[in-house]
Formats: sequence, C-alpha cells, structure tokens
Amino acid sequence: MKTATILKYQWKDHLRSKWIIGYALIYLLLTDGLIRFGGAGPKALLSIANVILLFVPLVSMIYSALFLYQSREFIELLLAQPLNRKSLYWGLFGGVSVPLALAFLLGTGLPLAYSGILGTSSTMSVILILCIGLLLTFLFASLGFVVGLKFFEDKIIGLGFALVSWLVLAVLYDGLVLLVVYVFGNYPLGKPILALSLVNPIDLARILILLKFNISALMGYTGAVFNQFFGTHLGILISGGCLLLWIFIPLWLGFKVFRRKDF
Amino acid sequence: MEKMNTVIQLKELTKQFGSQLVLNSMNLEIIKGHTTGIVGPNGSGKTTMIKHLLGLVKPDSGSIHIDGKKLNGHWDYRQDIGYMPQIAQYPENMKVNELIGLIKEIRSNQDGDETPLIKYFGLEPELGKRLQNLSGGTRQKVGAVLALMFNASILILDEPTAGLDPQASHKLKQLIQHEKEKGKTILLTTHIMSEIEELADNIIFIVEGNLRYNGPMKEFIENQQEQRLEGAVAKMMERGAK
Repeated sequence: MKTATILKYQWKDHLRSKWIIGYALIYLLLTDGLIRFGGAGPKALLSIANVILLFVPLVSMIYSALFLYQSREFIELLLAQPLNRKSLYWGLFGGVSVPLALAFLLGTGLPLAYSGILGTSSTMSVILILCIGLLLTFLFASLGFVVGLKFFEDKIIGLGFALVSWLVLAVLYDGLVLLVVYVFGNYPLGKPILALSLVNPIDLARILILLKFNISALMGYTGAVFNQFFGTHLGILISGGCLLLWIFIPLWLGFKVFRRKDF
Repeated sequence: MEKMNTVIQLKELTKQFGSQLVLNSMNLEIIKGHTTGIVGPNGSGKTTMIKHLLGLVKPDSGSIHIDGKKLNGHWDYRQDIGYMPQIAQYPENMKVNELIGLIKEIRSNQDGDETPLIKYFGLEPELGKRLQNLSGGTRQKVGAVLALMFNASILILDEPTAGLDPQASHKLKQLIQHEKEKGKTILLTTHIMSEIEELADNIIFIVEGNLRYNGPMKEFIENQQEQRLEGAVAKMMERGAK
C-alpha cells in the first residue's frame, strides 16, 4: 500500500527526468537507424540485440546506483516517516527500474512496431529481444542498488566498481573464458565452461539470443558449448530460466543490505 | 528527574562505525514537554544519536525507549515524530506540492494540514515549482512544513535555521517557540548557541560519544561560571579536548 504511494511519486519524478527521456530517445534513434540501414531482416535485429546487451546493463546499473547516491537525504527523510523498510525498498527499486524498463521498451519497441517487423516471421525473435532487454534492466538496476548500498559512503568507489563489473561481464568475459580454454586446453572443459557461462547473466542473454537466431559462427566459445551440450531448444529454455533465476539474487541481496543498513 | 515524564530514554546505547566508537554506552532521559538543545563538537555523535531515535541507524548494543516502548524494529512510533533534516535535498523533478502529497499519503492515517504553515512561510507561489529550482532556504522551509504539519508530539530539528535568511530564521524560531508552548517535546541541534539559549530549557552535552551533561541550561552556564551559553560550551569543549 505504502509501496504503491512511493512508486506513484517516484514514477512521476523519473518519467520527467531528462536522463530517462534521453535514454528512450537514444534507443529510438539507434533502432530506427539500424532498421533503416540494415533492412528488416534478422541482421538488423541482431545488431539491435548487440546494442541492448552492451547498453542496457551499463545504463541500468549506473543510473540506479547514482539515484541512490543523489537521494541520500530523501531516503533519510522517508525512513524517518512511519514506514517500514520493506515498503521503502520496493518503492525505491520499482520507482527507478520501471521507468528505465519503460524507456527501453518504448525506445526499442516503437521503431520495431512502425517498421512492420513485429508482424513478420521475426515476431518471436523481437519479443525475445524485448524480454531480454527488460530482464537485463531489472537485473542490472538491482545490481546497481546492491553496489550503491554497499558503497553508500563512497560514491567514487561505488561507481568505479559498477563500471568495472560491467566491463568484465559485458566485454572481457568471453576473452577470459578463451584464456581459460587456452591455459587448460589439455583438460575436458565442457562442464566448467558451461558453469562459467551460467555465472554471467550478460553471457546467458547473449547465448539465448544467438541460439534463437541459430548463428553458431557468432556464438563464441560459451555459446558453442551450450549449443553442443543442450541443443537449441533445451539451451534456450535453460539459459532463459537461469537468467530469470539470476534476477532474484541481487534483488534479495539488495533488500538484505537495505534492511540492516545504517543511514 | 521524575520517571513518569520521561518521553525518550536511551539505555547503555553503544554504536561503533568501523573502529570508531561514536556512542559510548550512553544513558539519557529526555523529559516530556521540554525543549532540549544537543550540543557538542563536530563529530561528537549528535547526529548519530538523533538517527538512532529515528531508526535510521541501529544500535550495536543498548536500547531506546520512546513513550515507554522499546524500539525493536518497530516503525509505527514514528507517527509521533516530526523530523526536519539538516540538509534539505529532494528528488529533482518532484514539485513542492507533490512532496507534501507524498508525505501526507505515507502518513495517511494522521491528520496533516499544511495550509497554515505554507501561508506562514509564504510558500504559495512555490508549490507548483520543481524542488531543484528552489533556493536552499526555500527547501529548508519546505522541510519545516513537512516536520510540523502533522502536529507530532516529538519534534527533532537538526540545524533547522541553517541556510535561512534572518527573517525566515526568526519566523521559524517563533514557530518553534509556539510549538513548545503547545507542550511538544523538542530536540534541537544547532551550532548557533544563541538559538539554543532562546529556545531550550535543557542541554545535552556530548563529547566523543560520551554524555558529559544533561540537565537545565541555567545550571550548565552557572557551573561553568559564565554569563552566556557560548562561553560555557567553549569552556566545556576545551576541557573535553584535554
């Protein structure tokens, strides 16, 4: 009940924020541009998916961590009201993550809708891409909350930590996996590599997309192992399921930190 | 001190941040209907103490009782508290009337009337403006409205006049005086000693997390053989540093 009150006012605040509006516009321009130049085929969709895999985690994590840093006094004021921490936590989290998700959905969804891709045979792929974007938004917004709350006193360390973890998860991870493969090439590596890809939600999302598009050449090492091990359909189910499970870890962790935190 | 009139009671309250002991098994009683000024050097534990009362910080050991009820993860006791924070920072795109609306909805079971306070501070033209476009002083006034509009029986004011111009500061002090006459229990921190002299009956003096004095202000000044509170506090601080 009180969570709903906080959500309502937070949404009013964030949906007027120039950052959220700008974020939606960037997706709109990118998606529109990629469709215009890449045609309406799977190639354009794949490019859009690649942008999403890089961009959504970064912005969601940094925006939500920054929000916590900027709202310090506001959170203190709300905590001083007759309100329990649970209501406040979910109000704050939903207040940030839902506008981010909406901005993504509108920015990416509109061009896909008006360019007519949604009605074609790619409809399922489009829905999958949008769902993955939404999932990553909530996941990384909650990771941003965990980082922001853990390093609440030190903004620089918190944001630095967020940036580095994004860099590792989104950019360096496949390289690290390759390094492992190179170093331990003499051992049977199927299962350990599978475990490694389950640890990284961005990798899971990437594998999910590539399995759906069935482009083995772009799958990278982890994707290829996944495909080999589970086949396409089971692979999609398992990577999607793990991604869903992944969301609850940072959400639960963030709530645990928030409940015990000294403000 | 009569036990009956105690509204806030701290028992052996201890808090440590890392290796730093911020509150050292503090015992304290605050009397109902009195205005108490909390005084001490920077970093002495004043804000941490206030934050304990509000439930923002959780004690390592010891207990806090408000109106005889032990705080143990409860939150409903905060219905009786009006809090005005030191720094009035609010969400950028929220408007003044929205912020007031938010707090009113959170405290929906209480009667809150902001209109007389808004009139008193002349905030009518600001109501539709975004909080980011307001001056620090105006935001501070909004903070005062939020703290006072629910007629809470305990008021916790953390540096209430910081950033206010002399006229607004005067008006706020008059308002605090008025609340005091209505029988509210008021806790006040400020670095302006004349303000405490004007408003407070009692003084709490904290140095490095230890309670050095809790009692009538007059006695405190007399004990230090000074005329004014500022001199007495300065003397006490010097002694505390040694």
